[in-house]
Amino acid sequence: MKHTLSVLVENKPGVLTRVAGLFARRGFNIDSLVVGRSEDPRLSRMTITIDGAEHPIDQVTKQLHKLINVVKIRELDAESMVARELALIRVSAEGAKRTEALQIAEIFKAKVVDVDRRTMTLEITAAPDRLAAFESLLQPLGVNEVVRTGLVAIGRGRS
Amino acid sequence: MTPQTKIKGSEAIVRALQEEGCDVIFGYPGGVVIPFYDALYHSDLKHVLVRHEQGAAHAAEGYARATGRVGVCVATSGPGATNLVTGIADAYLDSIPIVAITGQVKSDLIGTDAFQEADTTGITLPIVKHSYLVQNASDLAQIIHEAFHIAGTGRPGPVLIDIPVTCALAEFVYKTASAVDLPGYKPTMRGHSKQIKVAARAIHESPRPVLYVGGGVISSGATQEVFDLATSLNIPVTTTLMAMGAFPGTHPLSLGMLGMHGTAYANWAVHECDLLIAVGARFDDRVTGKLSTFAPQATVLHIDIDPAEIGKNVEPRIPIVGDAKMVLHEILTEVATMAAAPERTAEWLERVDDWRGQHPLHYEEDDGELPPQYVVEQIYAVTGGDAIITTDVGQNQMWAAQYFKYTQPRQFISSGGLGTMGFGLPAAIGAQIGRPDKQVIDIGGDGSFQMTMQELGTAVAYNVPIVVALLNNRFLGMVRQWQELFWEGHYSHTDIAVQPDFAKIADAYGALGVTVTAKDEVADALRTAIKDPRPAVIDFRVRREENVYPMVPAGTSITEMIGGQAGRRKKP
Ligand SMILES: Cc1ncc(C[n+]2csc(CCOP(=O)(O)OP(=O)(O)O)c2C)c(N)n1
Repeated sequence: MKHTLSVLVENKPGVLTRVAGLFARRGFNIDSLVVGRSEDPRLSRMTITIDGAEHPIDQVTKQLHKLINVVKIRELDAESMVARELALIRVSAEGAKRTEALQIAEIFKAKVVDVDRRTMTLEITAAPDRLAAFESLLQPLGVNEVVRTGLVAIGRGRS
Repeated sequence: MTPQTKIKGSEAIVRALQEEGCDVIFGYPGGVVIPFYDALYHSDLKHVLVRHEQGAAHAAEGYARATGRVGVCVATSGPGATNLVTGIADAYLDSIPIVAITGQVKSDLIGTDAFQEADTTGITLPIVKHSYLVQNASDLAQIIHEAFHIAGTGRPGPVLIDIPVTCALAEFVYKTASAVDLPGYKPTMRGHSKQIKVAARAIHESPRPVLYVGGGVISSGATQEVFDLATSLNIPVTTTLMAMGAFPGTHPLSLGMLGMHGTAYANWAVHECDLLIAVGARFDDRVTGKLSTFAPQATVLHIDIDPAEIGKNVEPRIPIVGDAKMVLHEILTEVATMAAAPERTAEWLERVDDWRGQHPLHYEEDDGELPPQYVVEQIYAVTGGDAIITTDVGQNQMWAAQYFKYTQPRQFISSGGLGTMGFGLPAAIGAQIGRPDKQVIDIGGDGSFQMTMQELGTAVAYNVPIVVALLNNRFLGMVRQWQELFWEGHYSHTDIAVQPDFAKIADAYGALGVTVTAKDEVADALRTAIKDPRPAVIDFRVRREENVYPMVPAGTSITEMIGGQAGRRKKP
């Protein structure tokens, strides 16, 4: 089972290394780690996805908490979060494939961000399962390159 | 000095250290820390020049372990910093509060493989509680203040401050640090009140309880509370290596140490108890042996300030996160409201005493050679038990734990988690400087001693009157013991009979050197060494192939002890 952690960290040099180093040292595998500024300029927010079947999630969060620069950790589950990932996908789009690529893009509300004679680059922002579906539909056309941001997640409003 | 007077970063470091109450630092100079050493030259902060930076780190640890205050060590960039690494790792694994200050190359040279550049914060990342690479000289005072706070509070540990020489040379108006504001660092001190009630009830009701006490009790200063809990409810107490002295070894409720080389009765008591009260301990593999058979009948109550320790190795039924002293105090208050029933454990104590009677610690005395255990017993006798003992690592360390009865916290100073050979001498120097009122004796091994023996120079230079009692078996004894017991006696590269005359080495340094080969010379040699104002080395030529018993082979259940029965086990 995948676990998603939303980790608020102080915006200090080396903080990413500390988090990544901790995961390496304790033998926890990171699926994805995304970091960026938060609403407070002194703090950054990381979204970390890990495989919780392999590691007791409890140990992961407790060890993370011990890092002085880690301010807050929230574990998000599927019901309590909105999660998105952005991907840029370059597919072959020669001849008939071009129309097909455009149709798939439209269904998934993906944007065409670049085209040349042979390929087309699509941008999509979606939840992980939708992203996976999109990618697999594009597969038969020939996927040349995939660039993904990793998952960002936010807790749902509480009303 | 007017408020607007500028000072150099190097002076700011000295001043900030003094504002933290630091009275001594252990260090070694080099290129990028010359500005700092120049500031020392003009200050009254005491500096002890060691002979190797590893010695500085261990001395800072020895000071911290003996006094409870934060120890400080200093080294230059590159090799100076890497030489500190072993000591920093040692402090990390034993949760010892030290601040390590390292010089770094000029800010604009960082990352260029400049002369004596090493990525010190990177190298030490996994072995520090926290670290800083200073970017603005004007942050120095605040960073030093934070470093002392982080090192000494919560679960203590080492903090590293890497200071580019640019910062040491910069001039600015010094501002005393303001209160620490670390949003991500707020150790939980008070235990959960409901859990405390649950714990108190469990303790009060248990017919077969055991207190399993670790180093956290010493760092939190909770020995009185442990004593009160044990004696008011008649609970036997076993301590880890890190907690020797946390409960008086002379007390009838003391079971001594548990684990791999623990007493048979401590291990049996843990195996048979119905309630295991773990305080400031972390269920290390040297303590638990095979985890699945550890304390099989017990409800586990685990008190620790570090939430990550709870459930890491053993899942407790009653977890309490908090400071050992505060939590125990509250448990005691709770227990005091319950009807006293000190006889509840009477039957249990009888059983424990039976084990103690049947399987005491013992060794063979009468084959004419000098038993190392006898030397430790004599150190105890000659000092009346009133000494601070440091140790090296190996057999010497285990005998020092087994055959000296520690009654005070901070009286036994040993490298537990990392098991660092060469720890004993520099730690003794730091301990002696921190506690000039006590006699400090390093019970060392001949292998370990040769790793840091150059620190005799430090001891002589600063008139530090320590005594080094070498249990010299001319073997890397503990490894040899494993080879004897588990590797068919293949003594592969453990015979170190080719070695210098340690008494002469001591003499060459200007210390007192004595060689002892017979039992009847032991006490006199110790008295002479203690009385002599110089540092002293006594080379005790002990029985070469003596083993530490009992012994739980690694990975087996702690009741599967070799040599736990009376009578020394003969060699196979
Ligand atoms: C720095 C270091 N290297 C290697 C070891 C592995 N080791 C553990 S005990 C031991 C032998 C120690 O020999 P000595 O200091 O003579 O003590 P004895 O066991 O003989 O009392 C060794 C090599 C260690 N603990 N530390």
